[in-house]
Amino acid sequence: MATLEIRDLHVTVEADNATKEILKGVDLTVKQGETHAIMGPNGSGKSTLAYSLAGHPKYTITSGTVTLDGEDVLEMSVDERARAGLFLAMQYPVEVPGVSVSNFLRTSATAIRGEAPKLRTWVKEVKEAMQRLNMDPSFAERNVNEGFSGGEKKRHEILQLELLKPKMAILDETDSGLDVDALRVVSEGVNRVRETGEVGTLLITHYTRILRYIKPDHVHVFSGGRIVESGGAELADKLENEGYEGYTKGGASA
Amino acid sequence: MAEAQNIPVGSTTAGSIAVAAESTVATRMSAPPSFDVADFPVPHGREEEWRFTPLERLRGLHDGTAVANGDGVKVDVQAPQGVTVEAVGRDDARLGKAGTPADRVAAQAYSAFEKASVVTVPKETVLTEPIRISVHGEGGTAFGHQVIELGAFAEAVVVIDHTGDAVLAANVDYVLGDGAKLTVVSVQDWDDKAVHVAQHNALIGRDASFKSVVVTFGGDVVRLHPRVQYAGPGGEAELFGLYFTDQGQHQEHRLLVDHNVPHCKSNVVYKGALQGDDAHAVWIGDVLIEAKAEGTDTYEMNRNLVLTDGARVDSVPNLEIETGEIVGAGHASATGRFDDEQLFYLMARGIPEHEARRLVVRGFFAELVQQIGLPDIEERLIAKIEEELEAAVA
Repeated sequence: MATLEIRDLHVTVEADNATKEILKGVDLTVKQGETHAIMGPNGSGKSTLAYSLAGHPKYTITSGTVTLDGEDVLEMSVDERARAGLFLAMQYPVEVPGVSVSNFLRTSATAIRGEAPKLRTWVKEVKEAMQRLNMDPSFAERNVNEGFSGGEKKRHEILQLELLKPKMAILDETDSGLDVDALRVVSEGVNRVRETGEVGTLLITHYTRILRYIKPDHVHVFSGGRIVESGGAELADKLENEGYEGYTKGGASA
Repeated sequence: MAEAQNIPVGSTTAGSIAVAAESTVATRMSAPPSFDVADFPVPHGREEEWRFTPLERLRGLHDGTAVANGDGVKVDVQAPQGVTVEAVGRDDARLGKAGTPADRVAAQAYSAFEKASVVTVPKETVLTEPIRISVHGEGGTAFGHQVIELGAFAEAVVVIDHTGDAVLAANVDYVLGDGAKLTVVSVQDWDDKAVHVAQHNALIGRDASFKSVVVTFGGDVVRLHPRVQYAGPGGEAELFGLYFTDQGQHQEHRLLVDHNVPHCKSNVVYKGALQGDDAHAVWIGDVLIEAKAEGTDTYEMNRNLVLTDGARVDSVPNLEIETGEIVGAGHASATGRFDDEQLFYLMARGIPEHEARRLVVRGFFAELVQQIGLPDIEERLIAKIEEELEAAVA
């Protein structure tokens, strides 16, 4: 069973000619089939955790370990991590002019699967996945994320999640900027992947709203660059009612 | 490209344009156009038209010291039936009709060539096969003059291939009769040491359309100067360019579209990628809308993708408008670095770095390549772009 283990992760970023520590000792274990929600206020380091796991060059790991099934993730390049089974659904997916969605998806699936998918079954697979996400077939001929609405970008991220079938999916604020209809469609996509029981999910969010659609097994409160409290789904209800104030104050004094 | 700057200037519609008091496009040249090299002083490098060009690498083309030597360059013309191919002397009336040399090297070429090549497509002849002109350098120095003339309502595609090693200065005239359609693809696929300076003159007849595709990959110095004028209303010019400037190369494209006649169109799109130390691309886009050219519709754009440190782009669009009674006029120039966020996004989907780079660069050129409209040329260009990228990765 695939397991992502994060131990005492410290991460810095260069900003304004200074080195700033953003993650200050993150410990977390996510197993295949589990869904963990990471919730926290803006600036708590949630996205830094997501991008650090994916290997974004902006972030420097200063100490700690990350392993996927015992393999050292931090030693891997960005593409190696993806091929090892890590997937990051980004909060701000990047435009790639001149590269069509269909070309991009096929290139990516070829890289992840280790061989080019058979054309006929692949076309069908993409078409069906797009239908499930209420995406028009013309979408495949558009350039990656170019001129996409906020909702289209997120659907496109979840489309990739469905097609690439990672072991660990990190969803970075996938709910931000979505109206209720789009949120439902996107959540249903995530749930289809979860229901296979073959993916571990790390759901990073600021709001509890998405947790009505995607039920987490574990909820962690993130503040000041680390997890300050962990619990079950009931912790989300507490956050819904009380907000983050108690944690941000506590985090400052801790 | 997150860091790209977009500078649209003067993009507007009829009636709302500030009118320039006087054109300076012509006067920015250090001497008026002339067929005689003696009318141009030897450039020193500070002139507006030479300030980007490394004169010391022109192998004497600019100062009269370059001398033609025998079989330096072999020209082979393959034309389908119905097309006339002639070698003529300089007294032939068909030479120089499309334009006059605008700088010293073009005038030097005109003053020094021995025989000109004239390719004629008779009126109303519609070719189904392209005319292929191979210009192959065999290490020598040469001065050339090529004329391609289409009679009224004739249609043709011309592919001019430049390969090998040479020092070549040339003028190429395109004369389009009324209603004619000409597509010219000029590929500069020179060896690394070649020096190629040429002026392209297009004279577009009434209701004629001219499509030029300039593709520059090779050479030490390539400096091309495509110029367009109209002989009657209703003419259309599409000028597409694609360049891939490698380490140490100087590739310069200077364009002039002179809207000297009412109700003509022009659309200029040049895109370039650069990689390696001292890769230098220059793009000058001059568009002049003369006072009498009412109803003009023009747009020009230059985009550059800088793949590595150490490369340099000079991109200068220049639009001069002497009448407000036009349909549209605009220009844009943008130079962006290779976007690391695009690379991260693609790699985060498992795509290895070199393949991700290839996708991005292919994507950058794709839109332009698709506008060429000649599938075999499109495929060849994509293959060539991949080859350039492979060389960079290696």
